[in-house]
Amino acid sequence: MSATAVHNLWTMAAADPIDKIDAPKIEYGQLAPTLIVIGAAVIGVLIEAFVPRKSRYYAQLFVSVVALAAAFAAVVALASGGYGTTKARIAAMGAIAVDGPALFLQGTILLAGLVAIFTFAERRLDPEAHGNRIDSFVAQAGAVPGSPGEQAATKAGFTTTEVFPLALFAIGGMLVFPSANDLLTLFIALEVFSLPLYLLCALARRKRLMSQEAAVKYFLLGAFASAFTLFGIALIYGYAGSVSYGTIAKVVDGTLTTVDPALAGTMGNDALLLIGAAMIVMGLLFKVGAVPFHMWTPDVYQGAPTPVTGFMAAATKVAAFGALLRLLYVVLPGLRWDWRPVMWGIAVITMLGGAIVAITQTDIKRLLAYSSIAHAGFILAGVVATTEEGVSSVLFYLGAYSFVTIGAFAVVTLVRDAGGEATHLSKWAGLGRRSPLVAAVFAVFLLAFAGIPLTSGFSGKFAVFKAAAEGGAGALVVVGVLSSAIAAFFYIRVIVLMFFSEPKADGPTVAVPSPLTMTAIGVGVAVTLVLGVAPQYFLDLAGQAGVFVR
Amino acid sequence: MNTENLIALLVAAPLLGAAVLLCGGRRLDRVGPWLGTLLAAVPFVIGLVLFTDMLGKGAEERSLHQHLFSWIPVEGFQADVAFQLDQLSMTFVLLISGVGTLIHLYSIGYMEHDERRRRFFGYLNLFLAAMLLLVLADNYLLLYVGWEGVGLASYLLIGFWQHKPSAATAAKKAFLVNRVGDMGLSIAIMLMFTTFGTFAFEPVLGAAEETSEGKLTAIGLMLLLAACGKSAQVPLQSWLGDAMEGPTPVSALIHAATMVTAGVYLIVRSGVIFNGAPDAQLAVTVVGAVTLLFGAIVGCAKDDIKKALAGSTMSQIGYMILAAGLGPIGYVFAIMHLVTHGFFKAGLFLGAGSVMHGMNDEVDMRKYGGLRKYMPVTFVTFGLGYLAIIGFPGLSGFFSKDKIIEAAFAKGGTEGWILGSVALLGAAITAYYMTRVMIMTFFGEKRWEPDAQGNAPHPHESPKSMTIPMILLAVGSVFAGGFFSIGDRFMHWLEPVTHHDHGDSPLSAATVTGATMVVLVIGVSMAWVQYGRRPVPSVAPRGSLVTRAARRDLLQDDFNHVVLVRGGEHLTRSLVYVDHTLVDGVVNGTAASVGGLSGRLRKLQNGYARSYAVSMFGGAAVLIVATLLMRAV
Repeated sequence: MSATAVHNLWTMAAADPIDKIDAPKIEYGQLAPTLIVIGAAVIGVLIEAFVPRKSRYYAQLFVSVVALAAAFAAVVALASGGYGTTKARIAAMGAIAVDGPALFLQGTILLAGLVAIFTFAERRLDPEAHGNRIDSFVAQAGAVPGSPGEQAATKAGFTTTEVFPLALFAIGGMLVFPSANDLLTLFIALEVFSLPLYLLCALARRKRLMSQEAAVKYFLLGAFASAFTLFGIALIYGYAGSVSYGTIAKVVDGTLTTVDPALAGTMGNDALLLIGAAMIVMGLLFKVGAVPFHMWTPDVYQGAPTPVTGFMAAATKVAAFGALLRLLYVVLPGLRWDWRPVMWGIAVITMLGGAIVAITQTDIKRLLAYSSIAHAGFILAGVVATTEEGVSSVLFYLGAYSFVTIGAFAVVTLVRDAGGEATHLSKWAGLGRRSPLVAAVFAVFLLAFAGIPLTSGFSGKFAVFKAAAEGGAGALVVVGVLSSAIAAFFYIRVIVLMFFSEPKADGPTVAVPSPLTMTAIGVGVAVTLVLGVAPQYFLDLAGQAGVFVR
Repeated sequence: MNTENLIALLVAAPLLGAAVLLCGGRRLDRVGPWLGTLLAAVPFVIGLVLFTDMLGKGAEERSLHQHLFSWIPVEGFQADVAFQLDQLSMTFVLLISGVGTLIHLYSIGYMEHDERRRRFFGYLNLFLAAMLLLVLADNYLLLYVGWEGVGLASYLLIGFWQHKPSAATAAKKAFLVNRVGDMGLSIAIMLMFTTFGTFAFEPVLGAAEETSEGKLTAIGLMLLLAACGKSAQVPLQSWLGDAMEGPTPVSALIHAATMVTAGVYLIVRSGVIFNGAPDAQLAVTVVGAVTLLFGAIVGCAKDDIKKALAGSTMSQIGYMILAAGLGPIGYVFAIMHLVTHGFFKAGLFLGAGSVMHGMNDEVDMRKYGGLRKYMPVTFVTFGLGYLAIIGFPGLSGFFSKDKIIEAAFAKGGTEGWILGSVALLGAAITAYYMTRVMIMTFFGEKRWEPDAQGNAPHPHESPKSMTIPMILLAVGSVFAGGFFSIGDRFMHWLEPVTHHDHGDSPLSAATVTGATMVVLVIGVSMAWVQYGRRPVPSVAPRGSLVTRAARRDLLQDDFNHVVLVRGGEHLTRSLVYVDHTLVDGVVNGTAASVGGLSGRLRKLQNGYARSYAVSMFGGAAVLIVATLLMRAV
């Protein structure tokens, strides 16, 4: 019934003329996390319009933090109310699923977003300019780089506080993405979180041309990928006569054969299904940064303001993997034997490609970008498992990985020289001698990336590899372990560089951040160690959240 | 009162002493020695109480058991901290705590001027706790804890004067050589676990009779390796001579009376395993016989009084190991000799310590001579120990050693003849080297001279706290053997544990005793001719090839150096070569090729959005084609 309702909701033109429109039934309580964040984003826009410039920063920060915390509280309330397990259901007339994976991922995204907002709000790393504290973002996004207008804006102490509502919009989209239960909601969520990210990428205070180039590339390639996704959605609609996940799944299974008269020529055509599914999956693989759809990643990660990079690397990956899981496990389980080998291949080349190319990187942000590609491969190994354990291992991995990532990029923002962040690896030589604490923290993150025991990286990697092996993908695990070995090389190399090389005379200085960034890094370290030393509670949590509602 | 609840106190009291003395700090410096001695006496008193209680019971009810707590409770792997006190353990408890208490008492005088004596007594208490744990454990794993504990205490005490490089080196040597033996014990325990699924004495020894000989032989050989390490038997004997670097009470307690006999305990305790493995038993007898001669020969050539006694210890333990290897014929005599040896050898060492105490710590016997007039008590007690060890009729050694020689002949066949003759030959050499020690120290002209600083030694009798333990031990040396042997008391006492078997001796007991007397007289006379009738040169003569080899401990260190050290160096060097060329070659080659691949793949990332889009397009095409192909296949 809900299938028809959604069908009607989205495709009114195809249906009979409607005399009266029933008001859609919306479960506000169950959608509260998303609604709170989107609402706060709208308030943020109003703040930009009405609040005096001097107070905007504080107002925006306050609203963002409160909204994210409240949304997280709402997620916790829903989860403890049983919506993750027994009361899991599909809300908003079939558009949004409220179930274990959705709530787990929403919680992860909200916490990661909250930590990321702290790094956005950091204003103590650079010395004050013209008596104003400055952050990582450009004074006035519209000003041409190097122009008198830009100088004037800087001098006037402008700041781009729009980053807060932009981030909130992105988070709102990310919350919907993994819980979308029909293809159109999926697509809209994709665009809702992608567009603010394109903008955010362009807002770096320093190296503005590079930042803008990154944004344009990201936008062009993202639009290209979206086009594939949208075309895939159209093909699937042609195949199933519906965009609802449940209905498509039934058509794939063969349990639903009612033919929509208008689609009699195409319905049930497997070529449409296979091509459409491949194209939608491709769009999602672009977002997670899987090879060969990864090429934007290094350029964008390098060009974007570092807090945005950290946010993107963590939260986007969580949302996109959530959507991918739901698509493969809810919509296409009947196609398992078709997509598994293909995903298998993608996982292999993603793990190996990310790890191998990372070896020759010389820029820390690019290095972390390739590292994130390799990690996407590891997570794909868990996706390929096609078991409940596979789902929960991926959920756990995403949670563990996102905090390490934000923490690592936050450390990158601290190491600075005259030109801003000193991201070239040669500048990091001997950092351990000069700033042992910062270097040690970064080393912890690197060890977690490398999957060394007693860090969250080990627990996560162990979980996905175990799930993959039990799901019959033993060879994939072998490739995964080999890639981990290659990856360990460049992580450890950075540690060696920091601790066992002589510091350079003109080396970078390490800025003392405000409590905001300290919190972000501290949370990263704490999560890394807790999930590494005592992961059981969180593994159980992810284990309970492993079932999708259908 | 449930007497078994007292067993834990046997271990707990000295352990408490060790903890208090080692952690207590300087405040305890003055009372430390007395506190340590008191806490060493506690197990002896409790031991006596338990012993009296045990005597009041029937032979079959004498074994006590105390389960303290479950140590490692894992499904399929149960390790308990539990004690078993039977006649065998009881014997050891009384020996260890009795001799231990006397030596604590002796140390009060001996270590009087040492600044770190509180620590010394702490280590001694630690040793007692570990040694008692070793003999009281009811399973091999807990025994292993005690085994390692005595090893640690031995290491700490040999190196007690760590400011002397020779002492530090000796401690390290003892520790390393013992590791080899310890490895044997741990492998034996693992084998037991895989064979029997447990390592508690009762089930293991109960099931041993139904187990295949091959497995028992493997376990037995590993236990023998362990015994060789701890009891300084060939080929792991090299550490004992150097261990004399430790303070003399330590040499008396640990490296003569108790710890070094742990190997004998281990073999006798595991008797059932060896009974089922004749090959392992043969290996044990061979080790015992070889060491018996080895130690005796080394003892003949040493001028250092403690090292001569160390050679003697090695040789006497060789007797015990030999007896233990004979099986049920010999177990009782092994333990009996162990106990009598504990008395007279501890007494001899304490005597040696007393001599050194009066001679400014001089150890070279060529610089002694004629001391009987200066140290009458030492002379008499040492002399009684001497008579006991050479087997003078009526004294302790006479009874226990004679029985071992007899049992060796009783083994039967060619083996019996060979082992018996070796044991007899050993008795002759024992008589020779002990007479040599006796004459060089107490008889003849005085040979001591002022040292480089012009301090001439003023030999004098030692204080009471030192002489009283010597007197008590001398009493034991004189009477213990007779007391044990009359009416076969000791045999009946131990029989429920060791199950005695008489064997068929081709020679009558009287013949063996007669032969022993003959070789005894020969040995003593030879020593008298060589050292009593002629003056002893105060600088050692060059000596024959054999003498020189014996002075170097029959080249044991040279052997170890050439075979193990050089061999090990060659092995490591060749492994390093293989590692550098082959392993590193493969590794570096892989790394280089991955790096090269990385450099090439990196060029794909050219920064142009159009190339990226092409790659995505190609990827999507491949994805679609692959998905369709999967269906087609």
